[in-house]
Amino acid sequence: MDIETLLSYEWKAMIPEFIILLTIILISIMDLFRRKKAHQWLGWFAFSGIVFAIISVFVLLGEGTISILYDTFVLDQFAKLFKWLLLVGAGFVLLLAVGYRTGDNSFPHGEFYYLFLTALLGAMIMSSSGDLLTLFVGLELLSISSYILVGLKKKRKSTEAALKYVINGGIATAITLFGLSYLYGLSGSTKISDMVLIFAQNQDASVQYVLGLAFLVTFVGLSFKIASVPFHMWAPDVYEGAPTPVTSFLSVVSKTAGFILLIRVFLSVFGNAQGNDGLTMFEQLKPFIAILAILAIIVGNVIALRQMNVKRMLAYSSIAHAGYILVAFVSLSPYFYLDTIWFYLLAYLLMNIGAFAVIQVIGGRIESFAGLYRTSPFIAIAMTVFLLSLAGIPGTAGFIAKLHILLTAFSSSSLEWALVIALLGGTIVSYVYYFGVMVQMYFRPPKKEERTSIPTTVWLVVAICLVFTLALGIYPQMALDIFHRG
Amino acid sequence: MEGTSIILTCLVFSPFLALLFIAFMSKQEVKTIRTLAVLGTIPPLVLSSWLFIKYHQGYDLALVEEARSWLSFGFFPVDEGPRPFSIEYELAVNGFSLLMLWLTSILTTVASVAAFRIQEKVKGYYVAFYFLFIGMLGVFASNNLFLFFLFFELTLVSLFFLIGKWGDARKEKAAYSYLIYNGIGSALLLLVIAFIFATTGTTSIDELTSFFRNDDSFQSGTKAWLAFTLFIAFGIKLPIFPFHTWMLNVHVHAPPAAVILHAGILLKIGAYGLIQFGFGFFPSEFQAMSPLLLLVGLVNLLYGAVLALIQTEFKRVLAYSSVSHMGIVLLGLGAVNEAGVQGAIFQVISHGFIAALLFFLVNTVEMRFQTTDLARLGGLAHHVPKLAGFLLVASLASLGLPSMSGFISELMAFVGVFQTSLYIGAFGVIALILTAMYMLRAVLAITFGQRKEEGNHIDLKWFETLSVSALTAFIFGIGLFPQWVTDSIINTVQIVLNGMGG
Repeated sequence: MDIETLLSYEWKAMIPEFIILLTIILISIMDLFRRKKAHQWLGWFAFSGIVFAIISVFVLLGEGTISILYDTFVLDQFAKLFKWLLLVGAGFVLLLAVGYRTGDNSFPHGEFYYLFLTALLGAMIMSSSGDLLTLFVGLELLSISSYILVGLKKKRKSTEAALKYVINGGIATAITLFGLSYLYGLSGSTKISDMVLIFAQNQDASVQYVLGLAFLVTFVGLSFKIASVPFHMWAPDVYEGAPTPVTSFLSVVSKTAGFILLIRVFLSVFGNAQGNDGLTMFEQLKPFIAILAILAIIVGNVIALRQMNVKRMLAYSSIAHAGYILVAFVSLSPYFYLDTIWFYLLAYLLMNIGAFAVIQVIGGRIESFAGLYRTSPFIAIAMTVFLLSLAGIPGTAGFIAKLHILLTAFSSSSLEWALVIALLGGTIVSYVYYFGVMVQMYFRPPKKEERTSIPTTVWLVVAICLVFTLALGIYPQMALDIFHRG
Repeated sequence: MEGTSIILTCLVFSPFLALLFIAFMSKQEVKTIRTLAVLGTIPPLVLSSWLFIKYHQGYDLALVEEARSWLSFGFFPVDEGPRPFSIEYELAVNGFSLLMLWLTSILTTVASVAAFRIQEKVKGYYVAFYFLFIGMLGVFASNNLFLFFLFFELTLVSLFFLIGKWGDARKEKAAYSYLIYNGIGSALLLLVIAFIFATTGTTSIDELTSFFRNDDSFQSGTKAWLAFTLFIAFGIKLPIFPFHTWMLNVHVHAPPAAVILHAGILLKIGAYGLIQFGFGFFPSEFQAMSPLLLLVGLVNLLYGAVLALIQTEFKRVLAYSSVSHMGIVLLGLGAVNEAGVQGAIFQVISHGFIAALLFFLVNTVEMRFQTTDLARLGGLAHHVPKLAGFLLVASLASLGLPSMSGFISELMAFVGVFQTSLYIGAFGVIALILTAMYMLRAVLAITFGQRKEEGNHIDLKWFETLSVSALTAFIFGIGLFPQWVTDSIINTVQIVLNGMGG
């Protein structure tokens, strides 16, 4: 390959990735030379990298679909919009990390920044990969970096969580890879666009049978990343043990990346593969995903009822939310589809990061929320809004997102009543535990009278999330316009 | 359709002004906060009264309609005509909803006075109270299902806090049962709204009403289950018989000042929803459900009355009496004729005033004697004659004495019921006798007999007297001049009946 071919590629498609990569390299070098306490500068540097990446995604928004490197890297509308989500989420998490303090300085900020950005890079690559290889490389980059991130605190709980995460993650990855290997074996290509063509013409029932197997195995493997049934059991322990910024990263950015992967593979490969009765494989096999979605909603909401730790509770609630998004995922409505999932992930990003930001300063145990309204009213009100939004109360982004899912489900060609009922039933159950936190904040007397001091960056995250959770609840058009104009 | 009037927006959101003032007050200035809170309920009261009077002078309410583009789902490039899956910010009133707005404003002013009793966290109380106020106004003024649901849930959350923080010893349990039951109700409502939105592409109430009445593209089975789900959703709020336990808890354990609004307005949202959306969208389906409505109404009426008879706590008596009185609403609606529907709507208004008056008095009794137990109260007529007198008046209104509002509504509802079904009517009348028994039993136990209670025997203060006199005046006013109300609701009744082809 000579230099001319190399230059003939439209490298600008990868500008966001390049910016992040450059930031990673610079930070890892700078980390070697910095003074002990000067980690804040690194944080701001990393943050500026993300900001530039966001800007570059916006600039690229006007471009058409660019496909480079033998179609392994595709920058289409889907990639841009979801990459934007990943970057915005990562920006918030970074701000949280800058303000993250432990009593004994056991949290290595420098390492966090570049590992975190590496994980982000993996997620970004996943969102624009047009080939199973790049997809898997991105997935592993994300996974391996997150394993280390979970254990960064080097405390017993953190290490235990990291170990659980590695083992579960390893198994899940193996299962995913097993499923993907079927796809390669059947089509003889790792390129998604090739597979689409090959499977679309396939009439052979035995191939369909193996494809169905690949469908189920791959989904089970990927359910790890989105923290959904059947691979959900890691979530509570890991969420609780990991440092809070990492938890918010796992519950938002990593989950978004999981959904990106799911949509990329399932919608294109199985959504076009021919099945029986003129249906596609996806349509034929979606009852299985529907069952898993219902299970996720039930398991998440029911077990969340009994949690005494807000971090664990949010872990179970995040399982339930994954189930809600899967409801939209299997609905295949002709009118709303990607916009529903995108908007839900955006709303989920805002309310969940907001809630984790509050937990980061208040602490995870439910008693620490007692009387919060008395000691720090602003934080209490912000938390109330995030919880209301998670519960899907109108006036917040969470409600619009949930309504959007309901619309998607109702306008789909084959309406699954069980899904809708599970969604609404789960919502009612979730009222109990979300309002339980509010009961602590407003109805119980505070344990200690003094105010908790809040780092500026965390304050900023809480404020921004609060404003946008409300703004998107009252005027969601601004986000929907970004999606539909793009 | 673009309405640009801003009167209704002003009306619904005018409490925000006072809310802002209260929010920025220091917690210590309790007196100023209380004054501000009462003053803040005046602008909506003035606006709604003004509209109400103008309406009776022949003003066309279509002139105050508002519609602004708000949000839209999905991607449908259309050049002209209404875009599917878009939601407009629509406010409008008809005679019935204007009446409810007016009732809301009056009762809120009264409730803000009653809340003087709250001693702790006064500021927080009024903040939640004002959110509730905005929610209630919005519910009656909105002309779009989406907007309706938004305000509906606002009342849910704010009342949850009012019950859970300022109620009595078992307040949190009451707050939770309120939350769960109403959560189920709103989930069912959301189910219906989302389904309608997804299949018709609109949530505008006007468009939907004409759509459902003229278009046959919906299968009748679909319409029937939509109607039934709506019935359950609003039935929980009303409440209908097996779903009533939450409402007893709220009546008994919530602060009485908030129960004024709960019993006076919030329960009526159930009836309002049934009439405006249930009967408005699916008249023939509801006509088919008429036996069910009659039966449930009768059960409510008798069950509430019988249980009220054996209660030993005044608040419980009133709670069961609310169950019983809501039965009359259901009976009237189930009769599906002019007198019945008119009686039902009349009962909604009349019970709003009567329940508010009763709970205002409960509030004053509790403030003075710290109990509402019938066994521990007695002889109030001796020591606090004004209070006892008003209590007697309120109970007479509640049992439907002629010349008061309760009489008119019961009369009309039963005229309607007798036209439809003789047996149901005959059974229902038993309950009216029971009503007289339990009301008099309870009130006589409190007002006459030996003095038993400890506490300061201070009679009604001037602001309390003013509030109860105003409420009493309205009760007599409606009882003596029912055309005040009938003129307002005649259009709604006609619309309901037209849809049934009757």
